[in-house]
Amino acid sequence: MDRRKSIKLMAWGSLGTGVFMEACKHSDKKATIEKAVQGDPFTKINRMPEELEEYKKVIAGKFFTPHEMETIAVLSDIIIPRDAVSGSATDAKVPDFIEFIVKDKPELQTPMRGGLLFLDLQSTKRFNKPFKDCAAKEQLQLVDEIAYPARAKPEMKQGVSFFNLVRNLTATGFYTSEIGVRDVGYMGNQPTVWKGVPDDVLKQYGLSYTDKELKECI
Amino acid sequence: MGEFQIRKQPKHYDAIVVGSGAGGGMATYILAHAGLKVALVEAGPMYDPIKDSLQLKSPWESPRRGASTKFRPFGDFDGCYWGWEIDGEPYTHVGDTKWEWWRARMLGGRTNHWGRISLRFGPKDFKRKSIDGLGDDWPIGYEDVKAYYDKIDRLLGVFGTNEGLENDPDGIFLPPPKPRLHELFIKKAATGIGIPVIPSRLSILTKSINKERGSCFYCAQCGRSCKAYADFSSSSVLIIPAIRTGNVDLFTNAMVREVLTDKDGTATGISYVDKNDMQEYQMTGRTVVLAASACESARLLLNSKSQRHPNGLANSSNVVGKYLHDSTGASMGGIIPELFDRKRYNEDGVGGMHVYTPWWLDNKKLDFPRGYHIEYGGGFGMPLYGFQWDIQNLNGKYAVKGKKKEAGGYGASLKEDYRFFYGAHVGMAGRGEAIAREDSYCEIDPDVVDKYGIPVLRFNTTYTDYEIKQAKHMKETFSEILHAMGAVTTWGGDDGPENNYGLHNPGNIIHEAGTVRMGNDPRNSPLNKWSQAHDCKNLFVVDGGPFVSQADKNITWTILALSMRTSEYMIDQMKKRNL
Repeated sequence: MDRRKSIKLMAWGSLGTGVFMEACKHSDKKATIEKAVQGDPFTKINRMPEELEEYKKVIAGKFFTPHEMETIAVLSDIIIPRDAVSGSATDAKVPDFIEFIVKDKPELQTPMRGGLLFLDLQSTKRFNKPFKDCAAKEQLQLVDEIAYPARAKPEMKQGVSFFNLVRNLTATGFYTSEIGVRDVGYMGNQPTVWKGVPDDVLKQYGLSYTDKELKECI
Repeated sequence: MGEFQIRKQPKHYDAIVVGSGAGGGMATYILAHAGLKVALVEAGPMYDPIKDSLQLKSPWESPRRGASTKFRPFGDFDGCYWGWEIDGEPYTHVGDTKWEWWRARMLGGRTNHWGRISLRFGPKDFKRKSIDGLGDDWPIGYEDVKAYYDKIDRLLGVFGTNEGLENDPDGIFLPPPKPRLHELFIKKAATGIGIPVIPSRLSILTKSINKERGSCFYCAQCGRSCKAYADFSSSSVLIIPAIRTGNVDLFTNAMVREVLTDKDGTATGISYVDKNDMQEYQMTGRTVVLAASACESARLLLNSKSQRHPNGLANSSNVVGKYLHDSTGASMGGIIPELFDRKRYNEDGVGGMHVYTPWWLDNKKLDFPRGYHIEYGGGFGMPLYGFQWDIQNLNGKYAVKGKKKEAGGYGASLKEDYRFFYGAHVGMAGRGEAIAREDSYCEIDPDVVDKYGIPVLRFNTTYTDYEIKQAKHMKETFSEILHAMGAVTTWGGDDGPENNYGLHNPGNIIHEAGTVRMGNDPRNSPLNKWSQAHDCKNLFVVDGGPFVSQADKNITWTILALSMRTSEYMIDQMKKRNL
């Protein structure tokens, strides 16, 4: 089979693999979840029935309160703001990802919830307001105390751990989004032919393929 | 549930094959193509990569962005159902011993996602006891298997190069892909300090070999299974073609309970639970071929007790479950400052490394008896869950675009850091040979059953100084290579005697072997040199179970070669009316 044909085959292979669960009519809530699940692209890719059941349980509830979600939105946009290259964390729907992932990985729930409270407490002590209601300048003043592990005061160490976690989750949510993948310049995930490292790159690093490699490799 | 009863399948098969991974797939393929009627029994559901693979899905198409779950421990897009734990199917350990047991439940088993590393065992690998006095020699040698390696190279396809190495035999290879940038760095650094780096040997089609399968289009996602059938999976390359012969009845979601025998001790068939209706079924066959994985096959034999086989089937030697061993593993990673701020291009390549290091030293001059090979990774991978995790440990250490910054941070400056460091990471992992020992084993737990009522395995596996010293040597080698390439170690560099130098738990490398080993002496080996039970001549085992030792090579290519050899022997014995 030639390469073009195999790519074509792949295209139709990816269609029609939807896994739909029978809508359950026992309660309105269940019906709502089923509806959400059916409209969810995730359920249209290959999943074991056990996986799909677990997924439905994960998305059934909400974890963060509206207050917490607003705080996460502010924090994630401080970490990944819009710049000359790309959009912001909220442009890439990072808070929604964080809401999902703490339900999917429950071990993240306590550090996130506790960290958000720690942040509000510090903010209330300093500015008499929860973090999300502070002025941008005040928010950055507090973030500066927890964003740099090497200079943070000992009493802010828990804040540093929290901010490291939020930075990690924000970066994951952002760089795995369409906006973020483009920003960081990942160019794969598509049919191609690997011809080796481009010549100008080889030259840049003073490298070259050996005659043996050029002869033996495709 | 209705009244409990056992339903009998009416058809009598020439062969009942249990398990559809590499060994079971090959047996099914060979037997069905010889015109024999085969029942293929698989504990998981149907799986066809062309429909079911998650190849070319983008990270945002997974709500968890490719993070792992218990259903897919290698990530949300991975092509293997289940892994370290399966709901309702526990396993236990003696004391605080560790065995990590990977179990796939799907057509094709773990071959849907494996690394496609396809290494022949060499002449020395079959005769290690003769070399170092440890373990046992195989009852066969490379010369007995070579013709089968040649056949599977042609049938399944593998790329690589003929290097004329004594214990890493040449094969019938497709052309390998050119090394990626970080692989050129590795090659230059390692060869500069006397460590060979040669093209890897992976069962991926860099050229088309037949009309049924496509050729590689370089997406690096073999782990998701290939919709173009351009890599080797038992599902796509062996079983689906075997079904087309019309000689195979496929039973999916069928969890085999035991092998049935008659009063003479001959195997008559199997009993299984159909997971769809939780009913008990039996089927009969002229032969039974176990390929459920080294540990599952041992479990089946030990659970198949009868008056004639009071100790479990094929176990008069009392060694079924013993000599269980895995490849050893240790790893380390670093970052190459010279690669910071790299020019972007698509370097996905094939799924896995383009180069590797075969074992290159003489163990007689070392303080551990067996070797290891080195696998390499790095470069511009698809961003997934965990992308540049803990950048605060990195971005304070190097000037970014000429500017030294404080570790951590946020904002536009942080975005610059993520771009700057992307694609500069490199990793390496050793995969070595452990000694198969009688006192490292699995057995039936006398107290625990799974949700099908089948007694489960209890593991009691340990490592000795041999494996620990080998891991220490791996770590020293990795440090030397990283240093020689100007890289800075970022993980795996802190291991020491307190944690056995980062030696992974047994089982973790997913190369289980040795539980139903072959040998000429029925007193210490359940199988003869054809993988046929000494105690029960119409019973065969064709997974990792028959392995006497497993070399410093991944075992799949040898499972396939031996399964083909056993299948041809079965056909011959059936023709001669010996079975």
